[in-house]
Amino acid sequence: MSTGNMNLTLKVWRQKNNKAKGNLVDYKMSEISPDMSFLEMFDVLNEQLINKGEEPIVFDHDCREGICGACSMYINGRPHGPKEGITTCQLHMRSFQDGDTIVVEPWRAKAFPVIKDLAVDRTAFDRIIAAGGFISVNTGNAQDANALPIPKFQADSAFEAAACIGCGACVATCKNASAMLFTSAKISQLAQLPQGQPERYRRVQSMVAQMDAEGFGNCTNTGACEAECPKGISLENIARMNRDFYSAKFVSEEEV
Amino acid sequence: MASFGNAFSSSIGKKLIMGITGLFLILFLIVHCFINALIFVNDGGLTFNIGAHFMATNWLIRASEVILMAGLLLHIIQGLRLTFQNQAARPEKYAVYDGKANSKWYSRSMGLLGTLLLIFLIVHLSNFWVVSRFTGIPTEDANGHEDLFAVMKETFQNVWLVVLYVLAMGSLLYHLLHGFASAFQTLGWNHKKYSPLIKALGVWYSIIIAVVFAAMPIAMYAGFIN
Repeated sequence: MSTGNMNLTLKVWRQKNNKAKGNLVDYKMSEISPDMSFLEMFDVLNEQLINKGEEPIVFDHDCREGICGACSMYINGRPHGPKEGITTCQLHMRSFQDGDTIVVEPWRAKAFPVIKDLAVDRTAFDRIIAAGGFISVNTGNAQDANALPIPKFQADSAFEAAACIGCGACVATCKNASAMLFTSAKISQLAQLPQGQPERYRRVQSMVAQMDAEGFGNCTNTGACEAECPKGISLENIARMNRDFYSAKFVSEEEV
Repeated sequence: MASFGNAFSSSIGKKLIMGITGLFLILFLIVHCFINALIFVNDGGLTFNIGAHFMATNWLIRASEVILMAGLLLHIIQGLRLTFQNQAARPEKYAVYDGKANSKWYSRSMGLLGTLLLIFLIVHLSNFWVVSRFTGIPTEDANGHEDLFAVMKETFQNVWLVVLYVLAMGSLLYHLLHGFASAFQTLGWNHKKYSPLIKALGVWYSIIIAVVFAAMPIAMYAGFIN
């Protein structure tokens, strides 16, 4: 299946299960096409492993077009590899040189335990969302368009926050394994729209509490998350979350 | 009854404490730097000693000093706790971690820079603060004020102390370069109209404070100030 001319050495994290001790294992890859995506290269490697009767490498992937947030490889010290604004599935082998050694590790955080090899358990993110990342409305017929006037500027800003795919690259790259960028994006997408207002201050308190309970680290404003986010989620969201949190704790009289 | 709940024990509350105490220390450094820069008047320390006498005797300054020490301790203790907590949030380290690809080294090293500053502060406070507030300054100047300037001159005849002070101001420079803008972000002051100004102000503030402070031991050791 390989039709290219790249020769690479992969160092891939292999770990049998959550309890086992893992280690980096070397794999020599030859005749890799520069037009392959990084995940297709892993498909080739897994096929070779299966043919040899070895265990294939477990890694998360789904849509392979950069919108689902499933793929999660820490490549040469950076989440989703060396390019900016893309996920691992959108990374192509032409971004590497023939003869390169590529180190591939799973996301590393106490709150993201390794399931097997490169797959980590990111349900902590689901629990943060479940703690308040929603609006409670009765379902029914779709409303008329523009029934609620929302300024374009505000709608754009909310939409930019909503672009977060929850891949966890922010946590993976943060030196503190902090989940502030993710949580702030999920808070900001609702905090800027009229539908999000009734539960705005309740939401920020419960989501931040859940984030802390999951064992993520504390934010120290290094900005690494923003730089590595495949969707370009901005630090402005963290500042907005901080403001909402202070309003909730120090101004609001509502008990949560 | 409504309460503040876990406002200060949450991850955002812990940041807030670092930010507020940090901004308070930033304000203090302006006063400290201005008073000390009076040595550059180069009048044998007479002007500087007037400033030092005022700082040591004015009741409002002395009361602020208690708040300052409490704020400093809070900043140190909270900073160390956060550093250890954050290290624990990633028990297994990466084999390869390319931090420089996405952030500044000093932003990732605030715990280390702060620890260096803590070591410096222990030496610094025992050199001057303990002397001026507790053990007493031995001599008086021509105006009859405690001659803190003489203590300073004597201290900075020791080349190792001069080296320590200058290196510490290097740590302070980078600690402030991250800390200044970071404190505003923590307070939620991220705004398209003001943030570029705050960032630029932070860079200038850090450079001026660190350079002016570092110039003092150097000028005294080299004998530029008499």
